[in-house]
Amino acid sequence: MKKIEYTKIKGQSIAYYGLLAGLGFMILLGLIATWYMEHNGHYVTGMTNHIVWGMPHVFAVFLIVAASGALNVASIASVFGKKIYDPLSRLSALLAIALLAGGLVVLLLDLGRPDRLIVAITTYNFKSIFAWNIILYTGFFAIVGAYIWMMMDHNMYKFKKKVGLAAFVWRLVLTTGTGSIFGFLVARSAYDAAIMAPMFIIMSFAFGLAIFLLVLMASYNWTGRELGDAVVARLRSLLGVFVAATLFLTAIYHLTNLYISQHHGVEAFILANGGIYTNLFWIGQVFLGGLLPLALIYAPSLKTSRNTLGVASALIIIGGLCQLYVIIIGGQAYPMEIFPGYEVSNTYFGAVSQYSPSLPEIMLGLSGVAVSLLLLIFAIKVLRFLPVSLSDSFADPHASK
Amino acid sequence: MSDQINDSRRNFLSKAAIAGSITLAPGVLLHQTAHAKPDDQAVSSDTRWGMLIDTNKCAKSCTGCVDACNEEFDLIGSMPKSSEAQKTQYIRKVTLVEKQTKHETSLPMLCQHCESPPCVDVCPTGASFKRVDGIVLVDKHICIGCRYCMMACPYKARSFVHEAIENQTLSAPRGKGTVESCTMCVHRVDNGDIPACVEACTADNHNAMFFGDLNDPDSEISREMKKHGGKQIRADLNLNTGVRYQGL
Repeated sequence: MKKIEYTKIKGQSIAYYGLLAGLGFMILLGLIATWYMEHNGHYVTGMTNHIVWGMPHVFAVFLIVAASGALNVASIASVFGKKIYDPLSRLSALLAIALLAGGLVVLLLDLGRPDRLIVAITTYNFKSIFAWNIILYTGFFAIVGAYIWMMMDHNMYKFKKKVGLAAFVWRLVLTTGTGSIFGFLVARSAYDAAIMAPMFIIMSFAFGLAIFLLVLMASYNWTGRELGDAVVARLRSLLGVFVAATLFLTAIYHLTNLYISQHHGVEAFILANGGIYTNLFWIGQVFLGGLLPLALIYAPSLKTSRNTLGVASALIIIGGLCQLYVIIIGGQAYPMEIFPGYEVSNTYFGAVSQYSPSLPEIMLGLSGVAVSLLLLIFAIKVLRFLPVSLSDSFADPHASK
Repeated sequence: MSDQINDSRRNFLSKAAIAGSITLAPGVLLHQTAHAKPDDQAVSSDTRWGMLIDTNKCAKSCTGCVDACNEEFDLIGSMPKSSEAQKTQYIRKVTLVEKQTKHETSLPMLCQHCESPPCVDVCPTGASFKRVDGIVLVDKHICIGCRYCMMACPYKARSFVHEAIENQTLSAPRGKGTVESCTMCVHRVDNGDIPACVEACTADNHNAMFFGDLNDPDSEISREMKKHGGKQIRADLNLNTGVRYQGL
């Protein structure tokens, strides 16, 4: 294979600065929303004592899950030795760090006391999966940061494979931790399932790769670099497999629950009579985020269309947000089974909880996305992340052995 | 003349002494019977405070325990901007109808003060904690307001403070952005008193609530539980709750 040359992007066009300004503006809106929520208290949000995690958590968990998935491309190259993905490794690791940072910002700013960050990182209860996650997130930054260094520094290049392996293992543990935040909640019917951890890992593969593809195609398109069909075709079929696997694990999760009569209530709620949650599940998650992207990816007549792949990736992101909304909000809205076998008079315990996200919550969530993208476009301007060309002759090992 | 004055003074003083003794004695005696511990002495794991609720005696229409709790912690009107679903309440009355038999049961729900509390397990900073005497509390100085304990609590016992609280009671401070729940009136218990809800239930002559030491086999609560049992809500979770119910 030819030697890959990486360069910084010029980043001097009006479009680049426009993008920076736009993202900066979104972040500003997020900060205003945070100030508003923290100054007044959470009563100004849609969150209640029933729905304690709202829209910010949907965005935060999505970004964190996608972060570990975005690292996959690099892992396939360094851990599984697929050379064609090698030139993409730097961007993959960068995107992983950027997405995690965006997610954590949202998570932090939605705390009741974000000013106590120092307490959160100095006082640990090691039985808490949340406390473990704080360590896993910090470690992820360190390991993936080191990974990027190994890839960029010729003197350190020999350690790349080992650090890449460490990052791969770490990212699996990290997503297991994120899934287990829900999997370890014994009291709630919608959670309390060990399958949450592997399901989150597969979700991360799909969401992370969908974002990676959009970022890759956009950055090559906008900087006038060549992106060959060989790379795109590989990523396209990989994306299809991940989307199918996400659907498969979702089906297994629900089928298992349907077998257990204790969980029939919550299953009926999500699958049949839960209103917004049922709609988001079937229309958002399954159709828009699953079946339609699969059709767009595998339809023979659309196989070479980049636009279709872009649409499929965007749909997977929308479907992913719907999936997390159903898991996080739907799981809380369904009444907890405190008194099995009884009808409960008190609406606090017996009724489905209402939630409508407030504008500040959505602004905060979107600002996390903006933080991720801003970090990304800033980093590719100051460091050499992007290969000059990913044309088939560069990327495809069969084309130039 | 001076004898008369002395007599009336003597009379007054002796009556005052009797009146004073009558006023003070119950307090002193109650303190002795409830074994109030000195302030400088740490709580001990020899004691496990618990509560027993006899649902057969709990009147459906009565909200005495709820009112007493709201008053004790000054909860009513403390969160004027919050919606009903956002307001704090430590204890709630519930009426249950068994689906098959249609049998009706009324009971108060509050923090169950589990021996293995899920809220304590999941808390990242250790702000949710259990005292050695079994009372589950939140350390509001290190609570970061992540609400994971509220996700984990199987009894929906916890509330998040959705707005700033003015004019708080000194005995139980509350803070915007942190989580709170029933403290089993720890400020009273440490002074040898009983929780406000139990006191109100007894004062109303319902006598549906008992408070005491579950570790002491001779305490009233232990003897009552030994005789008639005391069930846990969601016993399947194996949390060994400190609040038990009869007639469920």
